[in-house]
Amino acid sequence: MKTNSKVRQTFLSVLDSITHMPAKKISLLVILLLVSLASAAAQQIGNPTTQQGVTPPRGTYVIRNARIVTVSGPDIENGSVVIRDGKIEALGTSVSVPSGAQSIDGRGLSVYPGMIDAGTSLGLVEVGQGAPGTVDTSEVGDLNPNAKAIIAVNPHSAHLAVTRVDGITSAVTMPAGGLISGQAAIINLVGTSPGEMAVVPYAALVINYPRVGNRGGDFGGGQQTGNLTETLAASVRQIEQIRKMLKDADAYGRAHDAYAKDKSLPRPNQDVMLESLVPYVRGERPVIFRADRESEMRGAIRFAEELKLKPVILGGDDAWKMATYLKEKNVPVIITGILDLPSREDDFYDTQYENAAKLQQAGVRFCISSGDGGPNVRNLPYYAGMAAAFGLSKADALKAVTLYPAQIMNVGDRLGSIEVGKMANLVVTDGDLLETRTAVRHLFIDGREVKLTSRHTDLNDAFKNRK
Amino acid sequence: MDFPAGDKLRNDPEQINQTLQLPNGLMELKMKRTATARILLVSILCCASLPNVMAQQRRETAEPAETLIRNATLLTITRGTLENSDILIRRGKIAAIGKGLKASANARVIDAAGKFVMPGIVDCHSHSMLDAINEGSLSVTSMVRTRDALNPTDVDLYRELAGGVTSLNLLHGSANAIGGLNTVVKIKYGRPVEEFIFPGAMPGIKFALGENPKRASNPNLPGVTRRYPATRMGVEEVIRDAFTRARDYKKTWDEYRAATGRREKNLIPPQRDLQLEPLVEVLEGKRYVHSHCYRADEILMLISIADEFGFKIKTFQHVLEGYKVAKEIARHGAGASIFSDFWGYKIEAYDAIPYNAAIMTRAGVVVSINSDSDERARRLNIDAAKAMRYGGLTEEQALKLITLNPAIQLGIQERVGSLEVGKDADVVIWNGHPFSVYSRVDTTFIDGDVFFDRQQDLAGRADLLKERTQLEQAEPNRPPARGGPPQAPRGRRPSNSDDDLWEGENNQP
Repeated sequence: MKTNSKVRQTFLSVLDSITHMPAKKISLLVILLLVSLASAAAQQIGNPTTQQGVTPPRGTYVIRNARIVTVSGPDIENGSVVIRDGKIEALGTSVSVPSGAQSIDGRGLSVYPGMIDAGTSLGLVEVGQGAPGTVDTSEVGDLNPNAKAIIAVNPHSAHLAVTRVDGITSAVTMPAGGLISGQAAIINLVGTSPGEMAVVPYAALVINYPRVGNRGGDFGGGQQTGNLTETLAASVRQIEQIRKMLKDADAYGRAHDAYAKDKSLPRPNQDVMLESLVPYVRGERPVIFRADRESEMRGAIRFAEELKLKPVILGGDDAWKMATYLKEKNVPVIITGILDLPSREDDFYDTQYENAAKLQQAGVRFCISSGDGGPNVRNLPYYAGMAAAFGLSKADALKAVTLYPAQIMNVGDRLGSIEVGKMANLVVTDGDLLETRTAVRHLFIDGREVKLTSRHTDLNDAFKNRK
Repeated sequence: MDFPAGDKLRNDPEQINQTLQLPNGLMELKMKRTATARILLVSILCCASLPNVMAQQRRETAEPAETLIRNATLLTITRGTLENSDILIRRGKIAAIGKGLKASANARVIDAAGKFVMPGIVDCHSHSMLDAINEGSLSVTSMVRTRDALNPTDVDLYRELAGGVTSLNLLHGSANAIGGLNTVVKIKYGRPVEEFIFPGAMPGIKFALGENPKRASNPNLPGVTRRYPATRMGVEEVIRDAFTRARDYKKTWDEYRAATGRREKNLIPPQRDLQLEPLVEVLEGKRYVHSHCYRADEILMLISIADEFGFKIKTFQHVLEGYKVAKEIARHGAGASIFSDFWGYKIEAYDAIPYNAAIMTRAGVVVSINSDSDERARRLNIDAAKAMRYGGLTEEQALKLITLNPAIQLGIQERVGSLEVGKDADVVIWNGHPFSVYSRVDTTFIDGDVFFDRQQDLAGRADLLKERTQLEQAEPNRPPARGGPPQAPRGRRPSNSDDDLWEGENNQP
């Protein structure tokens, strides 16, 4: 979804005012909860001294004499990048530098586009276990298309700084529960309000495609319910629930369109649930289906075809088995399971490691995600690295965490590579972005230089010299 | 202290019952478990999984007595990095390290130019191959042994070998303040379970502090008796009580022995107590304590108890806030076995930082990085490398985190943990530097035998797929005549590897 900047600004300010009060209430609740839990007293969630949630100002910068890994084109040795007004203004071996630009010596350093993780719940959950007041991933009930991640993203979550200092500058954050979980947002990992973080506030609908048996583990998981026929019927019923709601939304959209053209028609009522689904049933925005097994992915794709949705698969453990089909249907996959154990005992040891390479060879659009709720999103480069150790080219491994997720989420024109006019989300490193031992030296998000500090660096500083 | 009847006695529950007259309840518990183990053994024998078949085939091929790996970069751990060097393996041991080494005529010779050789990774916190992890019914379960629940056919063992891991510290879970006894194994996947047991490894026991041991009391449901303790105060008290009893028990036996030594007549031997025996071994320094813990205060609490009762803690496990009390840990002489950067999964883990390894190492603590997960165990090389990224340890310091240091923590440092002549040939060939994300394991040796080889694995796949198809078409796997889908296969064991994510009774297999 593209909105011009004026509309976007208006939206953001409205969003701010909406989010401001509940956010306050929520944090108050959290504090009360913490105080009441004696065991939690030692760990203050949201300790203001260890959060870096104040948006730094945009500046004018030039990074000189660096190796620029553009991702979308060839690397530029001894190149310079100019950043102004949040954008990449110029790029190349000789650029005109605006007066007053802060200069950063890039000798021996590399400039990369910031990494993007397209499968997280960043900001929606702080501590998954033991602090329920910090968990905002799953709404009550099975059908929650109007639950929007951008409403509940906590800009002051410690996860954000911890993640960005390792070079991940943007993420798709999404709700998780029920059948229709809600709507995902694309966010930058810095900002004082959800509005300041939003790149695309309503980026995709998230559907948990019904699974036969348990999610996770082998066929049937640990607790096979005995009657497989009944289990299958249950999943068919769930699919029917989703289908009905999407069809209702389609009819709802058409009724409102008709009424807009002809006010003599009976006025259709407003419905917050159906209204939020209209752009998705019209194929204007992608629908993310969580699905790992072949039968579920095929089911999800058939379902999307039937309802003319724009599907994206999230998970995709078995995608390598049906690469031809995915290619034929042009359905992209956000692979989250690269570092998971293979799901079957008789899978080869590298089944998950090789998934990305096999999709690449078949020409399937894919990207690599940690699939993590928040704290471990920073490990994203090692997911890509493992894929590269097992057949994916290094260049494609890098694309799989930069340009590919941007393209799959329809922001390839704004994020994911170093090109003039794109958002200035840049990481300056002393080596290969995906390597463990590489250090991040500078970080820019939306043209703002972001400090390389986090809850973890703060705690390190506080204790490393304790005598 | 030695007990009259050897450990063998404990393998026959009926005999124990007759000799020691255990309370009936405990007896039933033991019998039940033995029965489960039998059923398990039968089912393992009946349905050997595919990789297992491969492993068994491998056993039949005779391994050469000598292997020469040539022209590799050797990461020796104790003697730096040796470029373009050879390592000679003979009869399961490292026989020579140097340049231009010669092997005998029928030796296996591997040209490893451009490749890296390092000692096998030692994982100091694992629950692989355990078909039961938490005996969570009591707060002190020092009488139970992981040795009784080993499943040598766990396919994750093979996957760990493919990540360069050769030894594991199999720990009881963290459901109770004093848990069961550990087992240190070499991953001799495809061999009988007896061959897994690491000879000479120090016996150990699991303790657990903080949230997990007190959590069993949580579901405060009507009709359910809450298990003591429910607070960190209670956890301390449970440990104190157990060691107080163990000290008395030891005194009783010492007095009995002294009386025997004086040849006194008509002595009645004290009744054996299987719960207290391991704790007496701890007091005597014969058994290592591996204690799960998170918060700084609980770490200090256990140090204080240990000092009071005069025993040493060998390792703090996880020890997420160890960096806050690194000097106290160092002063006690305890090691620390930690996650590299796993944090935030629960409130106790909110102050965990990836600088933990570096801060504790600099304070003089012997630190290792462990997995506590069959999944993470496969990439401990990358987890160790993170200690260079966060906190700037040297490459050698970081390599030690997964080799020599965990070996020291398990008392097996004379056998494994570095490339040195005379040590066990637990050796891994990597196709690049093991700290690079782009590297993978080519070959894993244990005692000089190959237990994982990527080329062998790839070469065997066509046959395995064929076998799989045959099995799928076999009569028992076809859809039943009455219609409907075929019977679902038995699932994997519940994924309860993460004892940190332990959630009460539900997770017990």
